[in-house]
Amino acid sequence: MSALTAFYIGLYYVAAIILIGGLAYRVYEYATTPAPLNIPTTPAPTTLMGVRFRMFREVVFFESLFKSNKWIWIFGYLFHVGLALVLLRHIRYFQDPVWFWVEFLQPFGKYASLAMVAGLAGLWARRFLVDRVRYISTPSDHLILALLIAIGLSGMAMTFVAHTDIIALKAFALGLVTFDWQPLPADAPLLVHLFLVALLMIIFPISKLLHVPGVFFSPTRNQVDNPRERRRLAPWAAALEKNNG
Amino acid sequence: MAAPQFEVPKLSDTAYTDVPKVQEGSMGHIKAFVAGQGPQEFLGYPWQLGDDWKERALDRMGQVLKKYRSVRVFLDACVHCGACTDKCHYFLGTADPNNMPVARQELMRKVYRRYFTLPGKIAPWLVGAEDLTKETLDQWFNYYHQCSECRRCSVYCPYGIDTAEITMAGREILNYVGYGQKYSNEILGKVQKIGNNLGLPGPALEDTLAGLEEDIEMDTGVAVKMPLDVQGAEILFVTPSADFFSEPHVESLIGYAKVFHAAGASWTMSSHASEAGNFGLFNGNYETMRKVAMRIRDAALQLGVKRIIVGECGHAWRVAYAFWNTLTGIGYGGDDPFSVELQKQLDPRYKQPTHICEYTWDLIQKGVLKFDKSKNDHRVVTFHDSCNVARGSRMGDEPGGQFTIPRNVIKSVVNNFHDMAPETIGESTFCCGGGGGVLTDDLMEVRVKGALPRMNAYNAVAQERGVNFLALICAICKAQFTKVVPYYGFDMSQVGGVHQLVSTAILLEQD
Ligand code: HEM
Ligand code: HEM
Ligand code: SF4
Ligand code: SF4
Repeated sequence: MSALTAFYIGLYYVAAIILIGGLAYRVYEYATTPAPLNIPTTPAPTTLMGVRFRMFREVVFFESLFKSNKWIWIFGYLFHVGLALVLLRHIRYFQDPVWFWVEFLQPFGKYASLAMVAGLAGLWARRFLVDRVRYISTPSDHLILALLIAIGLSGMAMTFVAHTDIIALKAFALGLVTFDWQPLPADAPLLVHLFLVALLMIIFPISKLLHVPGVFFSPTRNQVDNPRERRRLAPWAAALEKNNG
Repeated sequence: MAAPQFEVPKLSDTAYTDVPKVQEGSMGHIKAFVAGQGPQEFLGYPWQLGDDWKERALDRMGQVLKKYRSVRVFLDACVHCGACTDKCHYFLGTADPNNMPVARQELMRKVYRRYFTLPGKIAPWLVGAEDLTKETLDQWFNYYHQCSECRRCSVYCPYGIDTAEITMAGREILNYVGYGQKYSNEILGKVQKIGNNLGLPGPALEDTLAGLEEDIEMDTGVAVKMPLDVQGAEILFVTPSADFFSEPHVESLIGYAKVFHAAGASWTMSSHASEAGNFGLFNGNYETMRKVAMRIRDAALQLGVKRIIVGECGHAWRVAYAFWNTLTGIGYGGDDPFSVELQKQLDPRYKQPTHICEYTWDLIQKGVLKFDKSKNDHRVVTFHDSCNVARGSRMGDEPGGQFTIPRNVIKSVVNNFHDMAPETIGESTFCCGGGGGVLTDDLMEVRVKGALPRMNAYNAVAQERGVNFLALICAICKAQFTKVVPYYGFDMSQVGGVHQLVSTAILLEQD
């Protein structure tokens, strides 16, 4: 095994552990921190089914963002839908045989990368052009956008410009999953692509990418509006009742 | 109206308020009065910054992060997308970028990142993390008292991030280090010592109510009662204490009494719980909020009532509707001895608590109340959705009942009603500019400028539809608008309550 292959194998195991362990820890933390009061932003659904439907609309359509700002919605939606299709298309590297719908998505995923990068570019432009957004942007906001664009462009370089050895890459990727390690093709775009992806995985649980688990735990969106019918009591709040009736 | 010390914003030509260009520091000079020794100590807080204020602040922040999922998730999840930046009435009115919801959160988030997250500890410059300094603490005090906790930003944030939760956490930490706000903390003392926010003692309340009974009888020839502390009454009615003596609040009090009278209800108010308002909400301190809410539970148990009805007040209704059940067991579904005790007494056919608009609308639908709408014909009415009612509570059975029910009541008693522009009402409503502990003269500039978006929307219907009456269901809105509309060229008599309209039109049988 070449040093290069060994480095990437090591990098990916580290990155995977940080991503999965970090996210699991965050989810645990969010799930175990009590929400002592009923604070859904009303009008809110009065049933659990209703709340699920509200959450579905938030995650799939970015409903609140749509109400809020059409430009951010357009760019954000292009980016996320593009990203979702690209990621689905990537499933083929990790399985053999490939599910038929992953096969079916291949041509769409290819062009979705354009939407993804265009959306990212639009979001980035806002950080320079809109004075309010410029005011709130931190260096990390710019860097995350740069990182995603670089991942997108290096991927597109392989898709549209200089193809890499997909068969060998697939063997490498499957090897990672099955612990049967195979050499990594040493193409520059691929090495860049994979390095940046590992970086993204590592920063995921310690950055604003926590909006992904966060959206599901947001009390203003995931609570049922039924406080007159149902008493909710956090453990630390229940303790107050014992002390002073 | 004294001449303002600041420039009053100009009304725009449309119902909408233009998004201003950012003007850094334009409200940096604002500082609410700081609470002194008395109120701070009464609430169990220090009243001066000690040498260890920084440790205390961080310690409190750590505790808040453990107790409130909202704060924890909101501090992590924001992506700085900017969708909320033009949604706050205080930003629209002042152009100070720290009044953009995300920037207001950022004042705390930068400290959170520095002390509670890995990247902030290693590379603070990268993620906008900063040490907690006295300057930061001053900024907190400044800008956490330029937020009315109205939750408009949370409607528009893709993750529902509610800046009000951050503001509450900020005020909690400030209190804990001895940097409280005079206005809110003095009121929290009065309500606990005397029974209401105005500090009106029982005998004075009795006199006031007797005087009002006489006035109504002179006016209508009907002996409408305003009962106080009646043991065994069916309904306990709790209303903001401003209703007892402020104008135009008292007109609504007369309206409620007439409705109860016409319905033949057995009702009472309580001198022990003569205040629906609960400033514990504004400070974000659960225990204080609970203590203040406990007065209502005590009164209900002591008087043996079967129903609890709440008068016109925005934040009070949010606390009553959304939190009373949790805090005091007023409501259903609890199976702990504490709440079961109250459930045995309350009548399960009714929602507990009930909003006065729900009660009146129910009577209207049953045909119990009779009106002569033409008595309101000198008025062309519009309705301002109070922020806490609109985005923090509900009325009736359906989501959105908090919008339809008050409007239904109004339309049953007036002939001329026009809504303001759709982006300024309902869930998108703009706060009056005085909510959340901002309703104090030392924050007049904030209040006047923060009212701009509402004033633009009102001005548009006044110009186009001849609207001359702004109907409200909140004691703070009433106090704020009577003070602030003159700055924008309107007469304060254009401000009033929904039950004031009911009071004008209701027909009482001579007995
Ligand atoms: C449950 C899935 C997800 C949901 C509901 C979601 C939702 C959102 C929303 C509503 C925004 C704000 C608007 C915008 O700027 O687009 C946003 C921003 C962002 N999302 Fe996601 N997202 C999800 C997954 C992801 C994933 C997997 C990534 C990255 C790998 C990601 C990266 C980002 C980034 C970088 C931004 C900030 C864009 C900017 O700088 O303006 N999101 N997301
Ligand atoms: C271990 C994970 C990954 C591997 C092995 C991988 C590998 C590849 C390869 C081999 C290509 C070229 C496809 C072709 O020539 O047909 C590609 C394209 C691409 N990749 Fe990745 N990638 C990974 C993760 C990601 C992630 C996380 C993103 C997004 C944040 C991403 C974004 C893209 C894009 C936008 C393209 C171009 C469009 C396409 O062909 O789908 N990749 N990737
Ligand atoms: S809660 Fe209201 S006042 Fe506070 S930041 Fe949000 S919009 Fe502004
Ligand atoms: S809308 Fe929400 S996520 Fe976007 S900047 Fe504002 S608080 Fe942050």
